[in-house]
Amino acid sequence: MALTAVFFYLFATLAVASAAMVIVAKNPVHAVLFLILVFFNAAGLFVLLNAEFLAMLLVIVYVGAVAVLFLFVVMMLDVDFAELRAGFIKNAPIGVIVGGVVLAELIALFVARGAGPVTTAVKGSPVPSGVSNTEALGLIIYTKYVFFFQAAGLILLVAMIGAIVLTLQHRKAVRRQSIPVQVARTPANAMAVVKVAPGETGMPAEPKGQG
Amino acid sequence: MSDWTANIWEYALWLAATVGLSLALLVGLLIIIAFLLLMDRKVWAAVQLRRGPNVVGPFGLLQSFADLLKFVLKEPVIPAGADKGVFLLAPLVTAVCALAAWAVIPLDENSWGRWVISDLNVGILYLLAISSLGVYGVIMGGWASNSKYPFMGALRSAAQMVSYEVSIGLVIITVLLCVGSLNMTAIVDAQRLGPGTMVGLPGSIFDWHWFALFPMFVVFFISALAETNRPPFDLVEAESELVAGFMVEYASTPYLLFMLGEYVAIVTMCALSAILFLGGWLPPLDIWPLNAVPGIVWFLLKVVFMFFMFAMVKAMVPRYRYDQLMRLGWKVFLPLSLIAVVVVAGFLHAFDLAP
Repeated sequence: MALTAVFFYLFATLAVASAAMVIVAKNPVHAVLFLILVFFNAAGLFVLLNAEFLAMLLVIVYVGAVAVLFLFVVMMLDVDFAELRAGFIKNAPIGVIVGGVVLAELIALFVARGAGPVTTAVKGSPVPSGVSNTEALGLIIYTKYVFFFQAAGLILLVAMIGAIVLTLQHRKAVRRQSIPVQVARTPANAMAVVKVAPGETGMPAEPKGQG
Repeated sequence: MSDWTANIWEYALWLAATVGLSLALLVGLLIIIAFLLLMDRKVWAAVQLRRGPNVVGPFGLLQSFADLLKFVLKEPVIPAGADKGVFLLAPLVTAVCALAAWAVIPLDENSWGRWVISDLNVGILYLLAISSLGVYGVIMGGWASNSKYPFMGALRSAAQMVSYEVSIGLVIITVLLCVGSLNMTAIVDAQRLGPGTMVGLPGSIFDWHWFALFPMFVVFFISALAETNRPPFDLVEAESELVAGFMVEYASTPYLLFMLGEYVAIVTMCALSAILFLGGWLPPLDIWPLNAVPGIVWFLLKVVFMFFMFAMVKAMVPRYRYDQLMRLGWKVFLPLSLIAVVVVAGFLHAFDLAP
């Protein structure tokens, strides 16, 4: 399919170019926006592989939720760009070394497995005929891999609870609105009728707590 | 060689048809939105015993077009400290994302086929994905303005839209459990049979999902208000606190694009609730004079009805406070819709009704 090839090169080029921009961009907010573009193009590549469910999930989860939180945090950072650039020169050798090691490992991997025939053989697995991509995925996840699926869910739950436990703190000084308490207020416990004799203030001797 | 050229012609024809249909849909949608905008203001005015716009054209019918001309002819002002690229990109993102959602919304199904630009298998997921992108326009606009009120508005909207997406997603799951497909047309078709036909009635409004899933319909409606930043949840642009929120620095066409994106998103939510809960293009009672009416008429009537509900809520309900909004989203709707998913799934399994 000529059209598929055209779109593959379009998405792939854009993905690589914007991935490069994530690193190169001086402004961290621009970097996050380019990261979102990378996610989008990756979703496009999934669609070309007929994996439309994964593509939509990538957009919903990563673009719709994770990247929003990234942007949320990065926007609020008070970053001094000059300082960042000064650190860049200092840390550049470490970055180059790490990147070089990863690149060398990838090259070694491809050389060891034989780059040509293996990579062309590994394609998107065929979807069984008669069912849509989503149904095929569901049939596998909820039967063959159900325990792995549940385990992954449990791990995520533990991570979520852990994050809440680490960050939640009940500050005593903060006044909070409690809707049940407000609804349950009656004249009997919220009001007091005070007889005030002429010339007196009528204030009770000891102030009661605010009801 | 001839095979190859034939292929090219096929592509060209397919491309021309898709572009033509998309243009027709967009023009129709924008004209409908121009009048819905007027209806919004008229309903609001009627509740407050005012007349509303009544000067331009008969009964003020052309008011929206006059507004359009005014916005387009004004000078766009870009603040000196703004990030120019992102500042101008933000309204475009809002408008384009809102309009792109209409690619998968089916308007009718008859002997000509399905009236939809792209009949995706994962249509509802696509809609969820696209509607979750609307938040980027707001965040980018608020940040790029380089000003305090827009920034506060952007922060509020990021939290608000992400929160209510969770409950919208769970409500959609309860509907999908009853349907067994992610395809939008299949969701409407599944509403031909329901509680009403089980007791022997002809197809009627009791077969639609609003009847069987009424609590979820209410949760969806309120979440849709919050997701589209409509009053009483318009904290993003609360004028008494934030002037106009993320739109403070915008003028002229960029501002118009923000407003357009907002209203298109509202109409998308109306269309989505018509499809999920009000039976899409199905007639309210499947008997002769009613089922002879074209399906698109019923669909548009349902969308207008939902929009009327949106407008009435805007007119009648006072604005929420921010912590109340978050409490409603996370402590009320999230547990409620989670329990509903379990209950609906259990019910369908126990009575062997699952598709």
